[in-house]
Amino acid sequence: MKLRTGLFAAVAAVALAATTPVQAKTFKYAFQGDLSSLDPHSLNESFLLGTLGNIYEGLVLYDDQMNIVPGLAVSWKTLTPTTWEFKLREGVKFHGGQDFTADDVIFSWQRSLSEGSDQKVRGGSMKNITKVDDYTIVVETPAPNPILIRDIALLYIMDKEWSEEHGTTNATSATGTDKGNYANLNANGTGPFMVESHQADVKTVMKRHEGYWKEVPSNVTEVIFTPIKEAPTRVAALISGEVDMVYPVPVQDWDRLDGADGVSALAGPEARSIFLGMDQGRDELLYSSVKGKNPFKDQRVRAAFAHAINLEAIKDKIMRGASSPAGQMVAPQINGYVPELKEPYSYDPEMSKKLLAEAGYPDGFEITLDCPNDRYFNDEKICQAVTSMLARVGVKATLNAMPKSKYFGKILETGGFDTSFYMLGWTPGTMDAENTLSSLIVCQDKENKKGLFNIGNYCNKRVDELTAAVGSETDQDKRNAMIKEAFTILKDEVGYLPIHEQPISWGVSDKVTVNQRADNILDYRYVVVN
Amino acid sequence: MISFVIKRLLQSVFVMLAVALIAFSMFRYIGDPVSNMVGQDTTQAEREALAERLGLNDPFFMQFGRFVVKAAQGDFGISYKYREPVSHLIEQRLAATLELSFVSAILALAIGIPAGVYTALRPRGLLSRAIMTLSLVGVSLPTFLIGILLILFFGVILRWLPTFGRGDVVAIGWWTTGFLTVSGIKSLILPAITLALFQMTLIMRLVRAEMLEVLRTDFVKFARARGLPDRSVHFIHALKNTLVPVITITGLQLGSLIAFAIITESVFQWPGMGLLFIQAISDVDIPIMAAYLVLIAFFFVIINMIVDILYYMVDPRLRADNAG
Repeated sequence: MKLRTGLFAAVAAVALAATTPVQAKTFKYAFQGDLSSLDPHSLNESFLLGTLGNIYEGLVLYDDQMNIVPGLAVSWKTLTPTTWEFKLREGVKFHGGQDFTADDVIFSWQRSLSEGSDQKVRGGSMKNITKVDDYTIVVETPAPNPILIRDIALLYIMDKEWSEEHGTTNATSATGTDKGNYANLNANGTGPFMVESHQADVKTVMKRHEGYWKEVPSNVTEVIFTPIKEAPTRVAALISGEVDMVYPVPVQDWDRLDGADGVSALAGPEARSIFLGMDQGRDELLYSSVKGKNPFKDQRVRAAFAHAINLEAIKDKIMRGASSPAGQMVAPQINGYVPELKEPYSYDPEMSKKLLAEAGYPDGFEITLDCPNDRYFNDEKICQAVTSMLARVGVKATLNAMPKSKYFGKILETGGFDTSFYMLGWTPGTMDAENTLSSLIVCQDKENKKGLFNIGNYCNKRVDELTAAVGSETDQDKRNAMIKEAFTILKDEVGYLPIHEQPISWGVSDKVTVNQRADNILDYRYVVVN
Repeated sequence: MISFVIKRLLQSVFVMLAVALIAFSMFRYIGDPVSNMVGQDTTQAEREALAERLGLNDPFFMQFGRFVVKAAQGDFGISYKYREPVSHLIEQRLAATLELSFVSAILALAIGIPAGVYTALRPRGLLSRAIMTLSLVGVSLPTFLIGILLILFFGVILRWLPTFGRGDVVAIGWWTTGFLTVSGIKSLILPAITLALFQMTLIMRLVRAEMLEVLRTDFVKFARARGLPDRSVHFIHALKNTLVPVITITGLQLGSLIAFAIITESVFQWPGMGLLFIQAISDVDIPIMAAYLVLIAFFFVIINMIVDILYYMVDPRLRADNAG
């Protein structure tokens, strides 16, 4: 007995010496919403997937600059245009102690395609996975896919054994007719942190996974996440020192944070593009004074709108200088961004009036602008500003602002695209322009599920061809040239009215250092508590 | 007496059904729950399958009937968002809301009644004027602002009290209490004051008005004439007679405390039912919203019924009417 205690003490001493962060470092932060599930295949939402990225991991990871780096896969290469070989990382253990092997990858891929999964799009980027040995797999894609590794960065790997043991071999559906399954409230990943307790909407506590395979800058041993819905309370909690970091912070609170001791605002450009879309598909506009025809089918009218909107004023007056006015549909962080298209349409109300007169609307016309009021940064205020700018060139735009829950039910496919002039924001999930092209810019094709977020149905055959080619071109230079051509056509034809990339706005205590990623994700791997 | 209670019970059932119907039909126009539940890449076919699974495509009365039958058994379905039974979620949150409301009610009574008596007895005193001015603040400032001001002063500037949350809680069965830990009690102070302030001023002004009234009545004059000491005149004879309306109002206000907790709870991120409800509205989580409204209506109906029965027992005229 004595011997055993002695041995135990010795082991404990060695274990203590081996772990670098001996001192407990707790990092507390708050976000406006909550983790709606712990199931990595349940809901395709950026906050949820980003946060779960600290617990679960994919075959590849994003680093602090959003570059793709090896994750659970050590290396990969293409064997043929549609087959990829991945070498998996050896010696990785799940939080529960299980070994990570090829079986787990195949299992997770199948799970991502199961009934309740909201990750079918990511899972669907692979047609088949064959196991060569425990640490080698061969992936087949349905078509040549140059951005496969980007597609699967957020496709997280679960342990097969653990899932089978707890009967969670299917994804928890985002539906709610059932109680969800074990993985909805429990987690077992390979990431640097593991869930200790999770109480929906109240508190989630995560502990450092000591056996994590990678050296990371973070010295945090415990993370406490609290959702705080009200912005003033969130900011007060930060200033009073009860939490070390909060986001998002309203732009009008920046001065207050910088004036307070020990905290500061941390802002940067987000990879999300905010833009207005115009109905170019219908023969008659909805909610407009123009009957029997569609003015937006006339490129001159679209250009007139583009030149009527003063993006600099929106930046200065509404966004307090924190946004970047946009000349194209993707942000600079996105693969495929075209530097030559950086300049927004010039602000020129005189030209705008002239174009409207040429198109046969010298006195303008009436139209309704649909806008969310709780989705994007200052969304309703931007729309208000747009309506008054349009009024200056004679277009009477009526603002119809509503909460996001009603808004998306109305303007998306479910609501029959019930809008003729609308606001939308988009971050390509793959951080690649192909996603923007195929979702927002190709012609609407309900049968083949293409362009389903091209609500205004901008349609150009050449752009469609280019998008299809971009989807399978593996030569990066050729591919980027095609993306550039497609975006140039779109800009020349004024298919959309880009507004800006909105800012990311965090409030951070001086006691911690964090890395602000362009997709507004907090990666605990880079959180250092001083 | 029994027939009276049965009559009241039947009325209550109708009230509850009406509330359920209104609540349920309102939700159909609040937004599309499906687009809140799925990501931006989800296809239309999957969206439709989801709506079908949720039963959102059934006729209105079928959905409503299903809802009432299940609700009567305490089953409000499963939250769309949390995928937990709503009854379980409410059970978790009920303790937080009830503790907050209870402490607020005690605060409101313990401060409101003495303050009311004092201001009635010394209407021209300096302290009375100060209290009356302060009470104006309590009545006129919105709860949201009071909460934020308290957070700023005690949380951010003085840093005495936490700005959000419930602190550490101790679980006793399914009930969680914050009374047993220091952080739990500290966290309770600001929200309880915020929530109590309006009720406190209301009770104070009510007691004051009633007290001024009663002090002018003959029996108080006679009591004074009999040479009774001031203390027993004020606190035994006068105060007793002012308490009848105060008790009625307090009973009803208890229901409002629970219902009004929504604002206080969201300002302080207090994990109670109100916060659950607010969150559910932005997520269009219909089962939670429906359950919350029905539950609050249920509280009001029960309190009203108890007050009615108390009246019946206290006031002999009601009994006479019934017999005739």
